[in-house]
Amino acid sequence: MDPIHQFEIKNFFPIVHIGGVEIAFTNSALFMLIALALILALMLGATRSRALVPGRLQAVAEMSYEFVADTLRSSAGPEGMKFFPLVFSIFMFILVLNVIGIIPYAFTVTSHIIITVAFALLVFLTVMIYGFWRHGLRFLKLFVPSGIPIYILPLVTAIEVLSFFSRPVSHSVRLFANMLAGHITLKVFGGFVVMLAGFGFLGWLGAALPLALTTVLTALELLVALLQAYVFAILSCIYLNDAVHPGH
Amino acid sequence: MGDDAREKGDGEDLPADEAALSARFKRLGERLGRVHADRPSESSSDQRPAADPSAIARGFRLSTEFVAGVVVGAAIGWLLDRWLGISPWGMIVFLLLGFAAGVLNVMRAAGVVASNTLDPPGSKQ
Repeated sequence: MDPIHQFEIKNFFPIVHIGGVEIAFTNSALFMLIALALILALMLGATRSRALVPGRLQAVAEMSYEFVADTLRSSAGPEGMKFFPLVFSIFMFILVLNVIGIIPYAFTVTSHIIITVAFALLVFLTVMIYGFWRHGLRFLKLFVPSGIPIYILPLVTAIEVLSFFSRPVSHSVRLFANMLAGHITLKVFGGFVVMLAGFGFLGWLGAALPLALTTVLTALELLVALLQAYVFAILSCIYLNDAVHPGH
Repeated sequence: MGDDAREKGDGEDLPADEAALSARFKRLGERLGRVHADRPSESSSDQRPAADPSAIARGFRLSTEFVAGVVVGAAIGWLLDRWLGISPWGMIVFLLLGFAAGVLNVMRAAGVVASNTLDPPGSKQ
């Protein structure tokens, strides 16, 4: 009944101890492995036949490839395609984790902010490191918009820097909060069904309302799961665009 | 072309089918080539894709963009206050800057201003 209970991390068995900290195999790690296995199965299964006219599985793989490739190409240009493996991996991983999370009794890995922060920082650090490696100090032109009068330039630059550093925050919080809020809502309405059903016949009638709402919310959650994976991927593309072409 | 005439005599429709198929492949290849050739010219301009397929996602995106700016500003201000002992000035200045950065984030996310160019079009050097 506790709507937060579903997000609890359970340690299955310890793997290593690093500096007195126990690194354990958790249910989160288990579901990440499941997602990885599903993606591998999809991709290997889809590319096995290499048919000219794709079968069902191959069509799914080709659609996901085309989708991410088009997104990346339209927001970061042809040069951005060197980041395709990164963006595609992030997109597929988040997508599968989100969708697995909707299955009852499954654990939603992306509802933990530490996971989404790791993804966001991966993109953020890729942008920083690649930007400095590729463009050197010219990458800093990202923070200095052209055509600004000199007396407000320090202010504008400070705002630009803050805006840049707020990216990983909004990037990670968006995915995390969407998944967390959606799953709590589902659990709360599911709890109403059980509570009302305990009140006898009238309770059964009343329970029909939250049950219907839960059904609708599940469909909405599926939409949110797909949409948030997409939004995460497209924002990664937009941020990577800055690494490829800083300061237009 | 003498071949064609002869094949029509005995092979009937199979070679004709193959010829039609290869012609169709060729047309398809040409069309695909055109589509792929179009892509760079389309994407080379720095246009934003339609990142917001639904209104909920859009609204949520805008709110998190704004909050993130304020939160980062507050965090940097707080840290500066602690490290440099200039309380409360770091917090005041960076909270305001963070607010401005949040507004800038929202305007960018909404597509009101273009990415990283605050100047109106035309004034660019």
